[in-house]
Amino acid sequence: MANSTSGTLYRGQYGMWSWVAHRITGVAIFFFLLVHVLDTALVRVSPEAYNAVIATYKNPIMGLGEAGLVGAIVYHAFNGLRIILIDFWKGGTKHQKGLLWGVIALWVIVMIPFLVRHLSVVFGG
Amino acid sequence: MSTPLKTKIQVPRSRDLEVDGVKYNRAGSSRSRFEMFAWLFMRMSGIVLIVLVFGHLFVNLMVGEGVHAVDFGFVGGKWANPFWQVWDLVMLWLAMLHGTNGIRVIIDDYAARNTTRFWLKVLLFVASAFVILLGTMVIFTFEPCPAGADPSLLASFCSAH
Repeated sequence: MANSTSGTLYRGQYGMWSWVAHRITGVAIFFFLLVHVLDTALVRVSPEAYNAVIATYKNPIMGLGEAGLVGAIVYHAFNGLRIILIDFWKGGTKHQKGLLWGVIALWVIVMIPFLVRHLSVVFGG
Repeated sequence: MSTPLKTKIQVPRSRDLEVDGVKYNRAGSSRSRFEMFAWLFMRMSGIVLIVLVFGHLFVNLMVGEGVHAVDFGFVGGKWANPFWQVWDLVMLWLAMLHGTNGIRVIIDDYAARNTTRFWLKVLLFVASAFVILLGTMVIFTFEPCPAGADPSLLASFCSAH
């Protein structure tokens, strides 16, 4: 039986931390999205206004921020698929931990080529 | 908007799903239909968003000069094509509704007082509606070749005018 010292199958383990990470990445992506729609809306002001603000996205510090944002999006996307499998696939709950390792493996596989390309764009001038 | 948590004593039904004295009936009142729809929407929109957002990131950050290529002329070139207008419009609506519902659930989870939940949700819905309508307006009223603008800042097709 679960108690406060041993925890449950869920609390304090893979299921919980993947859920915490899903929430944090989701909130971060949402607030970026609000800002991103507002900065894109500057195309209705003038070419100069839009280009001035977008130029800030091209500096190296923002480039690192973009890498973090894409890392959050890729995690949220693959863990979202894991949640869908847990909900709809008969073996989903039983294999949720294995699915999380799949999420992490896919994240690494996608992020390595992305980071190589994006960081060389950002820091290569 | 606020729903006080009260124990609801229900009349026993022949179809009750009961395990160890706890009822696990999934369909109770009509009130739960919205949550069911929201749950399903998160999964359906999530799958579509993976395609739309990954495509968006690939075209804007990976191809050509990456982020350095993004400027007014780049946006003008993309939105001259109805394909990218529809892509960005669907992505805007699905991402905003998906994100707004996610934040709504988080507010419900962590804001304990009824009035706090109510006002946080009012703020959320007003901000979301504003961003969705602004983004939609921008996609449909965008002028890629504004009169009097510096031609070097515009998409290449503007010089033909």
